[in-house]
Formats: sequence, structure tokens, C-alpha cells
Amino acid sequence: MSDNQNDPVSAGNPAANGESQPTEDQAPRRQPRIIACNQKARQLASMVLARRGSARALTQDPPPTQYPYGCTTVFAPGWEVDSSNGTHGLCQPIERDLYDCYHTCYWPAQVPDGVTNAPSWTSSCGAPMQDWKSIDLVFP
Amino acid sequence: MQLRTVLHRRFRDESGIEFIYLANSAAILALDEPTAAVVDAFISEDGVDSDAWVQTQPKPSAAESTLHDLIDLGAVRPVDETEAPRAELPPMPFPLATLVLNVTNKCNLSCTYCYEYGEDKLTGDEAGKALMDEKTARESIDFLMRSSGDRPQVSITFFGGETLLNFDAIKAATVYAEEQAAKSAKRVHYSLTTNATLLTDDIVDFLTQHRFGITVSIDGDKDEQDRHRSYKSGKGSFDVMEPRIRNLIGMNKERNGRPIGARVTVTAGATPVVDTYRYLVDDLGFDEVGFAPVTAGLGRDYALGEQGYESLLREFGELGEEYIAAANRGESHGFSNLGDLVRELHQGVNKAHPCGAGLGLVGVSTEGEIGLCHRFVESKSHSIGTVQEGMDETARAAFLEQAHIDKKTDCTQCFARPLCAGGCYHEAHVRYGEATKANLHYCDWIRGFVDLGLKSYGRIQSSNPSFLARFDQQ
Repeated sequence: MSDNQNDPVSAGNPAANGESQPTEDQAPRRQPRIIACNQKARQLASMVLARRGSARALTQDPPPTQYPYGCTTVFAPGWEVDSSNGTHGLCQPIERDLYDCYHTCYWPAQVPDGVTNAPSWTSSCGAPMQDWKSIDLVFP
Repeated sequence: MQLRTVLHRRFRDESGIEFIYLANSAAILALDEPTAAVVDAFISEDGVDSDAWVQTQPKPSAAESTLHDLIDLGAVRPVDETEAPRAELPPMPFPLATLVLNVTNKCNLSCTYCYEYGEDKLTGDEAGKALMDEKTARESIDFLMRSSGDRPQVSITFFGGETLLNFDAIKAATVYAEEQAAKSAKRVHYSLTTNATLLTDDIVDFLTQHRFGITVSIDGDKDEQDRHRSYKSGKGSFDVMEPRIRNLIGMNKERNGRPIGARVTVTAGATPVVDTYRYLVDDLGFDEVGFAPVTAGLGRDYALGEQGYESLLREFGELGEEYIAAANRGESHGFSNLGDLVRELHQGVNKAHPCGAGLGLVGVSTEGEIGLCHRFVESKSHSIGTVQEGMDETARAAFLEQAHIDKKTDCTQCFARPLCAGGCYHEAHVRYGEATKANLHYCDWIRGFVDLGLKSYGRIQSSNPSFLARFDQQ
């Protein structure tokens, strides 16, 4: 598949697209070559990106313009900042990650699977901000 | 691999940003210059050998990467690839969303261009009852309720003739629909088209109370209105309707009612669109104005000829400038032709059928006979059932199958196909005697109008894209 370091397609203001034409050696920093303007184009672009399955970090410069809000259901390491390149939109306080990843948006890379393998993983921990230390490790 | 750029339309905004509208998906993409050049390089009937092309590029890997993006987005495809089939018919019977009740086929006016009475009428001498009785109106509501599946909202549109000649049926249908809607937990939206000559305070009171969407058929100022919209005696209708329209719009505004639209029929030699718009909005106070070229068979002197369509398009362009200026300020503008088109372009509407007639919408005659839409209801040859006995699903499906865009081979090479899909069935019937035929006589007009929409869309997208978010479909 083609160059995955860039989003080939992005939704946004095309007026921001034509200011300077990037050269090939500037590739990692260039503006999107194609901007999906209408809703149908955005659907197509999302399908293409999903099919390519590229892992994208939000810290890349320029950042992709299509941000996930909240968490993500695909394994895509790199959501370490929020849509404004800060951390305020992430789980706050950070201990809440334990529950947000375990219950509302299960993420197998970080926490035990609460659906089938470790349904009682947090049963000893009623208030994660106070007693998160009481949660034990889980060995698969 | 032999590749070629798919059927498309290119356009650019004032600053030179290149856009492409893809006819296969109705997607709109903005392209940077190198990408636009790739699109151009593959415009070829027989296709271009992509491997060979890549090797000739100064930066082969960048060119290949761009080409792959365009392939994935469906802009450049293998030359021998058949286009993905469009959606066939949805599962039938498709639930109805809108019922158009022709509460009367009579009119107190005698407009020279009227398709209901003029030379292009569909009805023979066997035309049905003049007025829909209250029983048929109620049966129609029952039919709508049981034919609308689990839709939470349905619409009832009253049409004519002049609808207000049968206000009794409108009232009965509305009151009955409220009762039935409450039983089936549906919301009902009402709308009505009228020539405004019979509006009284009581009628306006009723319509605004039930939040009717009201469309007034009006051609413009006194001169323009009286040119074609006259009584049988030949006397113009302007002086009768004007004070009634002012009263309607005033009362509607007081009650914070739905926007009131004017529907202008454009004939040969009509006042320029911008002037008519200004009069209807600034002077009379309409919220929206829609312009429709007159439906006419060959040889009618009021029909728009080639030049008439050309000047109409130019005038649409002038009024379009106002629309764009308003959009850049983040404000709505009442030029509904362009507003509707920009909305469809933004959503990427890709039609299998030109309109909802026979699909989500049907018309009902004064006697309860069901037609494809309000324009077909009095035509026995286009009947698809009755509200009493139900829809003839076989006839309905057969028509829709025949009217599907994939059957219209005339449209296969037209970039405007996703929006036009062959155009109005009734127009086609009047012109060619065949409702499922593509309206080839106004292809240039449609393409010109879609071009105007695309350019307007590109300009708004570049200068104030947040305006377009209002058209996002959930």
C-alpha cells in the first residue's frame, strides 16, 4: 500500500492545502494531497484508512484532522494525546483509565479482558483513585 | 495495469484550488496540483498503462503513492472494471413517508401554462370527482398510517387544483390524522400548496396552528404574475392574492411558523430571477423562493427555448452569488434551488431514482386512486391502486424497476447522473409519452445547474466550510 506515513486524505479546509507544495524529501510533514470535502468522500476516506489499517500517532506533524473522540476500538497505539495535542481530553484522572479501559472501552493491550477471562478483576477496588493498589495482576 | 479516470467533473474555486466530483460515488475531493495532474494523466477512453506511466515520472514513488490513493478512493480504476452496481430496489413494499392528497382537481384560476388544464394535461374527459370527500380523505390517512411501517414521522401534502377550494377536506384530514397519529405514536407534518387567492383569516389561523409548511404559487410582481396566472375571464390574480399573502406571512411570523416558500414557474420572457427573488423576499416577505422552468410539450409559446434556459442559468448564477455571500457570513439564504443542490452535494446523494415518487411518496386522487405522485393522480393509465384496497405492489415495483437509473442508458456518460437520475417522470411523460425515459431535452440545463452548484460548493468549502456542517446527515 502507498505511503503510510501521511494521511493521503483528510477532511478539512482545502484552502489550507494549496499554500506550499511539499517536495518528496519533506514527505513526512506535508499537507494532505487529497481532502475529502463532502460527507460521501469522508465515508470513502474512512473506509480506505480502515482498510489500510495504518497506525497513526496523533503527535505527527501536521496531526491528522480526523480524531477519534473518547477511546478507540481498534488496536492503534499512539492515542497518547487528545485532539488538541494535549492530555486534557484523555481519561482524567489518569487512574480512571483502569475502569474506562476495562468497562466502557475494553482494550486488551492494557487491561485484563473483563468479558470472559477476568470478570472480577476490579471487584476488590470500589474507588480506583483511592484503592487502585488493591487490584492484583492477572496472568493469562 | 490499464487504468483510467472515472466519470467525473472537475471544478475550481476562485483561488485556483482544484476539486473533483466523482459520478460513481458522488464524493467531492479537493486535490493538490500534483494529484490533479495524475487525475488528468489518466483521462483516457482506452486507459493508460500505470506501470509505464510511473516509470516516466520524475519522482516515481511519490507518483505511485498518489495513484494508489486515487485508486482506493475510486477516482482512477481499471479500464475493464464494470462499475459497481447501484442499490437495486429496497425491500418492497417500501414504507411510505409522504402522501400527496389532491383534494380537488378544480381551480379558480386558469393559468395558461397549467399542466392540469392546459394542452399537456394527462387526464381525459373521464377525470374524477371535482372535490375529494371527507370520507376519502380519512381513508387516505388510514392508508398512510398502515403503509408507513415503523416510520416515526409521516408527511401529508395537500395539493390541487387549488387546494383551498376544498378546505373542508383539508380540515377533516388534518383533524383525523392528529387522532390516528396519536394512536400509532407517529408525528405528522402537514404542507400545502395554494395560489393564495382564497386565504381567509380563519384558514390562516388553522394552517399556522397546525404548523403547515406553506408554498404559494406566485410568479413575481404584478406584471409577471398577471402574465400567465389569471382568472378564466382573463383578469389577473395579483390584486386578489397580494394582500392575502401579506396577511399570511405576517400571521405566520407572529406565530413563529414554518418558513413560507414561493414557487415560481419560469416561462419564456420572464422577469430576471434576481428581481423576482428580491420582490418576493424583500417586499412580500417570503422566506424561500424556488424557481421551476415550466413543464411544456413541444411547441408551446410559453416554453423556455434553448436561449431561455441559458439566460435562466445565468440569472441563477447571479442569485447564487448572493447565496455564497450569505454562506460566507454563516447565514441562510432563501434561494431554495441552490440551497437544495448544495445540501445534496454535501451529503453525496447518489440517486437510483430521480425522486421519491412511487417509492416513499405517492399521490391520491379525489376518488382515492393512487398515482406515482400528485402530477399523475388523475391519469388512469398510471394508477397503482386505491387507498381503499391498497397499493398494487406489482405495478409499483415494475415501474420502479423500469425507472431505475441503471435502465437509463442515456445517462451512463453523464457526470450529473447521481443528482438528476433522468429527471422528472411527469416531464418525461409530457415530452416523450413515457414516464421512465430520461429527460434528454434538459440535459444541458441540468449539467449547467449542477456545475453552478459544484462551483458554489467549492467556494463555500474553501472560505467557510463550517456553513456546510448544517447539511450533515446523521
